Amino acid sequence: MTARTRFCGGLLRISRALRTVALSLVTGCVFSVHASFGAVHGDNDTSHSSGHGTHTKTHNTTYPATRAFPVLTVNYDHVRKPFEISLWILLASLMKLGFHYIPRVSSVVPESCVLIVVGLLVGGLIRLLGETLPVLDTQLFFLCLLPPIILDAGYFLPTRPFTENLGTILVFAVVGTVWNSFFIGVVLYGVCQIEGEQLAAVDLLACLLFGSIASAVDPVAVLAVFEEIHINELLHILVFGESLLNDAVTVVLYHLFEEFASEGQVTVVDACLGMVCFFVVAFGGILVGTVFGLVAAVTSRFTAHSRVIEPLFVFLYSYMAYLSAEVFHLSGIMALIACGVVMRPYVEANISHKSYTTVKNVLKMWSSVSETLIFIFLGVSTVAGPHSWNWAFVIITIFLCLISRVMGVVGLTFIINKFRMVKLTGKDQFIVAYGGLRGAIAFSLAFLLPSDHFPMKNMFLTAIITLIFFTVFVQGMTIRPLVDLLAVKKKKQTKFTINEEIHSQFINHMLSGIENVCGHYGHHHWRDKLSRFNKYYVKKWLIAGERSQEPQLISFYNKLELKQALLVAESGSAANIGPGLSSAALLSAQSQKQRTVMKNISKEREEEIRKILRANLQKTRQRLHSYNRHTLVLEEEDEWSTVQLRRQRVELEKRMTHYLTVSASGWDSPPVRRARFQSDSQEYMAKPSAPVSIPAINMELVSAPPGSLALLEEVTDQAQQSQDEGCGMHANSHEEKSMKPNVTFALELEKQKLSRCLSDPGPNKIEVEAEEKEHFLS
Amino acid sequence: MSIIFWLRRQDIVILHNRFNQLSHNSDVLRREDLRKIPDLACNPIQSQIVEAFFDERNFKKGGEGSVQEIGFEEFLTVMSYFRPPETHLTAEQKEEIRRTKMRFLFNMHDTDNDGTITLEEYRHVVEELLSRSGSLGKETAKSIADAAMLEVASISMGRMGPDEFYAGITFDHFLKILKELEIETRMNIHFLNMDTTFFCK
Repeated sequence: MTARTRFCGGLLRISRALRTVALSLVTGCVFSVHASFGAVHGDNDTSHSSGHGTHTKTHNTTYPATRAFPVLTVNYDHVRKPFEISLWILLASLMKLGFHYIPRVSSVVPESCVLIVVGLLVGGLIRLLGETLPVLDTQLFFLCLLPPIILDAGYFLPTRPFTENLGTILVFAVVGTVWNSFFIGVVLYGVCQIEGEQLAAVDLLACLLFGSIASAVDPVAVLAVFEEIHINELLHILVFGESLLNDAVTVVLYHLFEEFASEGQVTVVDACLGMVCFFVVAFGGILVGTVFGLVAAVTSRFTAHSRVIEPLFVFLYSYMAYLSAEVFHLSGIMALIACGVVMRPYVEANISHKSYTTVKNVLKMWSSVSETLIFIFLGVSTVAGPHSWNWAFVIITIFLCLISRVMGVVGLTFIINKFRMVKLTGKDQFIVAYGGLRGAIAFSLAFLLPSDHFPMKNMFLTAIITLIFFTVFVQGMTIRPLVDLLAVKKKKQTKFTINEEIHSQFINHMLSGIENVCGHYGHHHWRDKLSRFNKYYVKKWLIAGERSQEPQLISFYNKLELKQALLVAESGSAANIGPGLSSAALLSAQSQKQRTVMKNISKEREEEIRKILRANLQKTRQRLHSYNRHTLVLEEEDEWSTVQLRRQRVELEKRMTHYLTVSASGWDSPPVRRARFQSDSQEYMAKPSAPVSIPAINMELVSAPPGSLALLEEVTDQAQQSQDEGCGMHANSHEEKSMKPNVTFALELEKQKLSRCLSDPGPNKIEVEAEEKEHFLS
Repeated sequence: MSIIFWLRRQDIVILHNRFNQLSHNSDVLRREDLRKIPDLACNPIQSQIVEAFFDERNFKKGGEGSVQEIGFEEFLTVMSYFRPPETHLTAEQKEEIRRTKMRFLFNMHDTDNDGTITLEEYRHVVEELLSRSGSLGKETAKSIADAAMLEVASISMGRMGPDEFYAGITFDHFLKILKELEIETRMNIHFLNMDTTFFCK
């Protein structure tokens, strides 16, 4: 019986997977019949389709004479291009879906590997059918597929660890990449000379060019793999930052060697110009990005009346930055990153919450689809060829890449550690070296090579593809068990507690103070200066009105409110403070429409906040029997609560009807969460002393000068997550206590509405869920 | 005291130059000398930093209370709290360093030297910290401090009975709640590349 059900279950799963695969393959075939995504085999198809077109045309011209009114006509090339594009994107998305239904695979193999395999299969199928294969067109790749991924990375770049480790990242990116290129190029040349026969034709410059292509760590591949292994922040930012910043180096080296190889000779002047070019490319890119970022920030100041198109500005300005940089052959990636980083704090302060959510979700969606498409196309292009396999060349390439990477990382770390406060251990170095994955950028660059100057282009292409496959499959698959084996520190799952946050800020201030006493212009000093500059000058121009102060208060208040609610729930006092809190919070959440009104009521609200907080704290403190020796000031909190409660219940009913429609759609996650919590409720109530019960709320104390830029980004993320957790928990404990049912139900609703209203639980659901699991199932 | 806190020779030379600069070539340093540093004036916790230099508990001689003026030796001792630790240390040495640095921090908060950080003292800390932000008022700072105190209480004491009384944060509790902060790596000043003659202000 069980065997059969298992068999059936297995069959079901397999059939489901097969169905998705089959569907996509069929659609792929249909598409491929008219395939011409790349510029490779355009002619056949245009003739094919033009024949079709003329056919219908002749039909039309002969219409009046011979036949009846055409009820149904087929005119495919009318929509051919968009149809094909949509079909491919659909295929990519279906693959992504199907991936998660194959249970064993998704935990062992990273997504990128599966997608490449799918690409191989699709490519193989198309080839079997004898049709022409779409190739990863370089234009398409660089202009359409790459920018969303980079923008996503740049916009959500954690700036604090990035700037703290900027020196290290730059050294790895610049020096490391240059070292890799030269080492690979020179040694490969040597090997080619020794090898003789086919390889003798490969000259030094071609080898150096190949080396520069093969040495670039790819951000797409790194992101795809590292996102799944959750290593600690430092390593993640090191490898990832390196992959982003080495674009400048790669661009320069590539163009340099391409120029030299075409010309055939190199002079010292050229070499010097090459170095100058590097600085121009890098800083030019950053400058372009910064300019566009500032313009975007200024624009967002005036979007109060057309909130709907706010996200569009974010995307458009970033894309323009990328394209403008590409016009001048500057580093488009660095422009994009600079634009995102510069734009973010100001735009986020200006745009509405919903726009912020839109930006976040659209970016994640686009980058996800792009990534999927890239990997699938990589697979398809592999099948497309043309290939020219040379055992020695390929094997040597892979070997050299590994060796040079390891040597580079170890050597550079040795030097860097002299300047670092937190030294990089051997384990860290291993992960950095092992995480240097190659990806589609290398492939596209190789594809771009003009074959007349480079007769061995096919061999290069084959070698690059093999290298990519090796790094993505072998390194990508083994990095996860290796991380576990070496017990590398994982990402810190819990957030800071209030005390940790206070002291974190305190230490920062203290360090800059001590630096001042020493007369030392260190890291903290410059950071302080920058934040002060930002606060007094820049924010005034780039953030509209009172917004520069508002959001911090709102977010601070919301988090505190949640915290208070939880404390109230834990200590078992009456829930009558609840509605007051949540409606006030909702009021603040409605800030978009009422910004002008807010300017007047902010003082009142502050007063309200203080009263609520004090009232709440004293209630709980009473339970602990006051821990200070002075008398507490007991306000008129009791009467306040009952009166307010009655008043606010009315408001509550009004809001409920409004929000019920909205929250009905988002009902799935809260009940699930609630169910989970109910099972854990006993645990939760039983051991409140465990740090788990304090839901690590991040206190936004940093309206003060230091470090505020970085915190603002953390704030919103954590606000969402902590609110989600808090909502569920609060709801649960109330059910348990069996309070006045309508109030509690309203409360739950309000709480859940609060979370919905303020933000979505983050697009990266894995993060949120993992976090929750950590908190409540431990 | 432990060897770990000895500074390197070049650091001592640099700090000596700085000491002379601050104290205008006299042998002793006073509070006003430190307060005159312009960048320090923008720091929200300036007064506490200045006080730390004159706090006898930080001089590692077992004294208490505060002094009016300090010599170069005391200046150096206080600075040594911020020295980056060596790379190869045993676990207990690391723990020792951590305790020492945390003790420094604790002393900064515990102004009346009774061995605990009371609510008033903690409130003062938070107020100072937020004093430059402007938009958050004194009351809010108070509430934050209260909430933080509650947190310490619940972490350290668990569920307290109706008769219990949380007096203040003791040093052990302090260590416990800030375990995650990795003080030994954060609370360091890089004395490298420090040329006071160039940056003199």
